Amino acid sequence: MNIDATKPLEYGSEENSNKIFGFWIFLGAEIALFATLFTVYLVLVNRFAAGPSGPEIFELSGVLVETFLLLTSSFTIGLAIHSMRLGLKKPMMVFMILTLIMGLGFLGIEISEFFTYVHEGATLSTSAFVSALFVLLGTHGAHVGFGLLWGIAILIQVKRQGLTLATTNKSFIFSLYWHFLDVVWIFIFSFVYLKGLM
Amino acid sequence: MKWDEFFVTGEPMIYGAMASIVLATIAIIVGLTYFKKWGYLWREWLTTVDHKRIGVMYILSALIMLFRGGVDAIMMRFQTAVPENTFLDSQHYNEVFTTHGLVMILFMAMPFIIGIMNVVVPLQIGARDVAFPRLNAISFWLFFFGAMLLNLSFVIGGSPDAGWTAYFPLASIEFSPTVGNNYYSLALQISGIGTLLTGINFIVTILKMRAPGMKLMRMPMFTWSSLITSVIITFAFPVLTIALALMMFDRIFGSQFFTMANGGMDMLWANLFWVWGHPEVYIVILPAFGIYSEIISTFSKKNLYGYSSMVWSMVIISLLSFLVWAHHFYTMGQGAMVNGFFSITTMAISVPTGVKIFNWLFTMRKGKISFTTPMLYSLAFIPIFTIGGVTGVMLAMASADYQYHNTMFLVAHFHYVLIPGTVFAVIAGFHYWFPKVFGFKLNDRLGKHAFWWIAISFNVTFFPLFFLGLKGMTRRMYTYSEETGFGPLNMLSFVGALGLAIGFAILVYNIYYSIRYSPRETNGDPWDARTLEWATSSPIPAYNFAVTPNVKTRDALWAAKHDNISIFDEEIKPIHLPSNTGKPIILGAIFFAFGFAMVFSWFIPAIIAGIGIIIVMATMSFDRDHGITVSVKEIMETEKKLRGETL
Ligand code: HEM
Ligand SMILES: [Cu+2]
Repeated sequence: MNIDATKPLEYGSEENSNKIFGFWIFLGAEIALFATLFTVYLVLVNRFAAGPSGPEIFELSGVLVETFLLLTSSFTIGLAIHSMRLGLKKPMMVFMILTLIMGLGFLGIEISEFFTYVHEGATLSTSAFVSALFVLLGTHGAHVGFGLLWGIAILIQVKRQGLTLATTNKSFIFSLYWHFLDVVWIFIFSFVYLKGLM
Repeated sequence: MKWDEFFVTGEPMIYGAMASIVLATIAIIVGLTYFKKWGYLWREWLTTVDHKRIGVMYILSALIMLFRGGVDAIMMRFQTAVPENTFLDSQHYNEVFTTHGLVMILFMAMPFIIGIMNVVVPLQIGARDVAFPRLNAISFWLFFFGAMLLNLSFVIGGSPDAGWTAYFPLASIEFSPTVGNNYYSLALQISGIGTLLTGINFIVTILKMRAPGMKLMRMPMFTWSSLITSVIITFAFPVLTIALALMMFDRIFGSQFFTMANGGMDMLWANLFWVWGHPEVYIVILPAFGIYSEIISTFSKKNLYGYSSMVWSMVIISLLSFLVWAHHFYTMGQGAMVNGFFSITTMAISVPTGVKIFNWLFTMRKGKISFTTPMLYSLAFIPIFTIGGVTGVMLAMASADYQYHNTMFLVAHFHYVLIPGTVFAVIAGFHYWFPKVFGFKLNDRLGKHAFWWIAISFNVTFFPLFFLGLKGMTRRMYTYSEETGFGPLNMLSFVGALGLAIGFAILVYNIYYSIRYSPRETNGDPWDARTLEWATSSPIPAYNFAVTPNVKTRDALWAAKHDNISIFDEEIKPIHLPSNTGKPIILGAIFFAFGFAMVFSWFIPAIIAGIGIIIVMATMSFDRDHGITVSVKEIMETEKKLRGETL
């Protein structure tokens, strides 16, 4: 395989840059997906029937911690890619692990929040509003969960194979994915929680 | 659960279907074992990542689904041929028109198009393969197993019965308590993911893998149409993904998105469905336009008239296609302003479409036209599609639509656009590119016989429906009384449907006949065509082109033949190809198991299957595929052999 030395390793072959380009298009599709979910949520947000409304169940503290974790993890994945470009395998792995731990923390809080919602009488079948809330948050959460598994798989490969054409490419694509989840969360934070609490 | 809830019982026709499914399966298994073809099938086809073979498998599946959807169609026409017919009961009729529509659009038209895209696009742009060959295999197997899941519903549990549009509350668990619409949400979801991946794959392929010198404005028109279709797929399918997921949550987990109580909103479904559904129509029609452009230009021996206006009209159509969805429910109470907006955007689409029609006519003007089978379909397309278009504009007028909404007029209209638009196109493309893939033509005389049967019978079948619609016969009506006077025209329509069946039977016979008797070709360019796919030999070697072509003009091959502009001026170098893999088919099969378990709300098996999916994906991630390298010597030998030279 011919490696193009003028570019960072993750772009180093034609196949690699195609994969990155393809992933950007995939993210375009993901934007369409989340845009649809947000639309559904905003259409149904005031249809809480006899169930609770947003302000009645939202709690800011948990959400703030979640936001803090996810935003910081977006920063650490950036540092991981930076180290990767410098060829520093160890620091890169450390930052990746930090990222995943924060992702795990985020997910843990989100799941415990789901339990409180249910506890307060907001189940999937309570009202259209709660259904839309759970599916929007759940889709994002499922993405984070999938990201954790994916990240672990990549970490193992980096550990075994070092920083190669293939592993740098995968790590970089993973970082795009992770940043994207962060952006979606910012929208959730603004349109679901802030709007709901105002 | 009791057996008679699981299997559909008490219907002689369904017992017949079960028996024939079992018999066909046994026949295939016995046949493969007897001829010792299992290994061959597995190694050469089921595990292939070669875009040509994946394309062939798509087309084969689509042809089988055409047969299945066709049987549904005949049953419906037979049922309504005479008043008060008792051949089908109302529930069965509901299931039949639902699966007919679903199968025809999602499992016949679209896969047929994607199959042709798979075969043709990499060749037209001078590439070795698509950008992501293994992803391509995954796409195919997801489509395939999604289609199988839907077909299984017919014998296990019952088919969806709320129309291919699955409007709520009709499709809710309350009004459609069988598992039919669970199948709908899961089967479409699985195959839809495959389609989305195809869209992404082809965008990257077309934008990044073109041969040197092939600027965007030098791309063949079919490639252009595939690019635009892929873009529509990428933005429309996520909407379907969400709609189907919400449907599944409503039906299986009791959420309240589309319910009538607890704040649910049934119109939300209609909007989501058509935000995807209308672009879907263009996903199947734009590549058809691309196919016609290639065929008309080839058989008129002229370059395509108005190339850039052809491209721009497609771009405009694709944008507008996202802005017209509400014309499907003018009558569902959305107010005059909204209806007005959607009425105007809908009519606006007819302008770029009209541009294309005139371009085709101008392409033929003063051309040396040869009336081959593919050309006949292309010629017939123009007037028939125009009737469909004109009636479409009639339907686009919101106020008038209150008259023909949900009548047979609509059924006639969309068949008048879908059949000449998509079905004629894929058949024409099938005849046109067949010799490219297999190295011999389909018999032209039989092809023309089939064409005349199909073209004439099509009009006999569907033209009467315009009048039935205007007389007030509504859509999806399983029977009617003598006094309505709908009888004679329906009978005529049934006769037409039989004619269509005969036409398709001749088409299939032609495939068999040609495999046996058609003379084999050696030069790879039997039609004296214009674009790059004809520059390699037929059948096509695994690596497509021995050396990467250099493109300097539009219609590169034509220029090479007539203006002596060389396209192959590099030396032969070793070629790297990806190796086959069984994981895509395994992944598809597990998705099938997952879907099936979910349909019946068997959550433990579903979770196990879900874990299986993750494991297969993880092992794919850990794979380090080194592929195979074809040496210069092997390439030279293959090339000589394909040209019929002795070594
Ligand atoms: C081969 C000949 C065909 C015949 C005789 C035929 C006949 C019919 C009939 C009788 C209906 C049902 C009308 C009713 O609701 O009672 C129908 C519906 C439909 N057909 Fe076809 N059809 C044919 C081919 C096709 C093709 C090729 C496509 C698409 C590419 C197609 C797409 C549809 C759709 C989407 C529906 C609506 C189903 C629904 O109401 O949910 N048909 N067809
Ligand atoms: Cu439409």
